[in-house]
Amino acid sequence: MDLKTVLHQVHTDSGARMVPFGGWDMPVQYGGIISEVAAVRKQAGLFDVSHMGRLYIEGKSATNLLDLVLTSPASTLSIGKARYCMICDESAGIIDDTIFYRLAENRYLLIPNAGNREHVINWLQSWIDKDFAGGCFIDDQTLKSSLIAIQGPNSSAILDQICTVENGTTPSSIKGFSWADCILLNHKVMLGRTGYTGEDGFEIVVDSDHAVDVWHSLTNAGATPCGLGARDVLRLEAALPLHGHEISINKTPIEAGLSRFVRKSGTFVGSEVIYDQLDKGTEMRLVGLKVSGRSAPRAEYPILRQGEQIGYITSGSYSPTLDTSIAMGYVLDQYALISEGLKIDIRGKLIEAELVQLPFYSRPRRP
Amino acid sequence: MNPSDRQYTKEHEWLKIQDADSNLAIVGITDYAQAQLGDVVFIDMPEIGSTVVHMDKMGEIESVKAVSDLFSPVSGEVIKTNSELLDRPELINEDPYNEGWILQVILSDPEELNSLISAEEYQSFTEQA
Repeated sequence: MDLKTVLHQVHTDSGARMVPFGGWDMPVQYGGIISEVAAVRKQAGLFDVSHMGRLYIEGKSATNLLDLVLTSPASTLSIGKARYCMICDESAGIIDDTIFYRLAENRYLLIPNAGNREHVINWLQSWIDKDFAGGCFIDDQTLKSSLIAIQGPNSSAILDQICTVENGTTPSSIKGFSWADCILLNHKVMLGRTGYTGEDGFEIVVDSDHAVDVWHSLTNAGATPCGLGARDVLRLEAALPLHGHEISINKTPIEAGLSRFVRKSGTFVGSEVIYDQLDKGTEMRLVGLKVSGRSAPRAEYPILRQGEQIGYITSGSYSPTLDTSIAMGYVLDQYALISEGLKIDIRGKLIEAELVQLPFYSRPRRP
Repeated sequence: MNPSDRQYTKEHEWLKIQDADSNLAIVGITDYAQAQLGDVVFIDMPEIGSTVVHMDKMGEIESVKAVSDLFSPVSGEVIKTNSELLDRPELINEDPYNEGWILQVILSDPEELNSLISAEEYQSFTEQA
C-alpha cells in the first residue's frame, strides 16, 4: 500500500491524476503538464514534495559524519546555508543525491529521494555505528512533517504577502541556497531558497497539521498546483539529474558530470575512485541531446553513430519551454563532442540528434 | 459522455460510419484515452493509401509523459488523415470526438464492426478500469 501525504485529499479533490512514485501515491498532473510547466517558468507553481525524506542529523559528530559520507563538505558550510551533494558507496556509485541544510553547529537536514530514504538511513547508520557510535543520530521526520515547493519567478512576491522571516525581513531577502525560520499564517515553517525546476523558488518544511492551510493560502495567493509530471519536465530542461536515470548506484559523480559538487581533496567515502576518475577520465560521459520535432527519445533508447551503438538515453521528453524534444544520455567519452552522424533509435526509427550544452534551459537573469 | 452515434474498442479508439454505402468510416481516440495520456504532443499516423488491419498497430500517439500505440478498429484502406494534428496535436485533447479525429478508412470487411462495442458498453468498460 502506497503512503499518502497529508495533502492527498486536496489533490484528489481538485481532480489531480494520482500515480505511485517511490512508495507514495502522488499527483502526476493537475490541469496538464504543458500548462503547469508554463506556470512555473512564467509565474509560480506549487508542488507537494512531502514524499521526499526529511532526515535530521544531530550530535557532536554530525559534521564529521557528513564530511565522510557526502561528496560536498559539511564543515565549511555556514549555519543558514545549504548545499547540493551526492552520497556514494566505496566504489563511488551514487546511493542518492540530496540537498543538505546546516541548521545549527551540530544539526543538519538532509532531503533524500523518496525511493532511497530507507537506503540512505541504513547507509548513514552503518557509518555512525562504525565510526561515530554515540556521537550523532538520525531523526527521520518524513512522516511527521510536510514539504511544499513553490517555484517560479513570482515565488518570492507571493511568499512576501503571507510570510515573514523570524528576524523581521521578508522571504525575498533570503539568498539562494540559504534557509530561514519563518512565520506563515501564524505557523512556524522553515523556508529554504532551493528547488528542482531551474527557477527561483523555495521549499517549505511545515508541520503536517498546517500543510493543508499553507497549501491553500499559496494557491489563493496565485501559485498553480503542479504534479510530478511537470516537475520531471522542468528538471530535465534545467538538466538536473534524477536518481534512477542520470545517476544511480552504477554511476559515479564524475561520469554524471557532477564534479563541481565533489570535494577535490581529503578522504571521504568513494573519494579514491572519484580522484582516480578525475585524473584519468571515464569511459562514458553524460551529454545533452536535441532532436528536431516533437517525438521524444525516452529512457534506454540507443544512441548510435554511423550505425554503431555508442550510448543510451537516460531521460527524454518534449520540452514545452523550448518547443523541441530534448534528452540526456550517456555516450562513450570519445564521441561526447561529435554531433556528426549521431542518431537515436526511437522505436525502430533512426532520428537525427544534435549534441547541445547543458542545461537546455537557464532562467533569465533579473536585475 | 461518449457519443452514441459511433462504436468503440477496448483499446480506446472510436469509429463512426460516415457513409454506409461506400463503407467510409472516421476513426479517433476516446475522451477517456486523451485524459489518460495527458497533453498530446505528437501523432504518428499511417500513410494515405496504406492498409490497416483490424486490431493491429496503425500508429503511435505521444504525450509529454508517454507514448502509446494506436490500434485500428477495422481493416481497410486509409484514404485521409487529419493533417491539422501535425501542427495542433492538442486538438485530440480539446475535442477528441470531432476536430481531433485521426483518419478516414474504407472498410474492407464490414463484418468486423460486430466486434466493436457500443458507447454504453465502452462507458462501463472504462468505469471498471
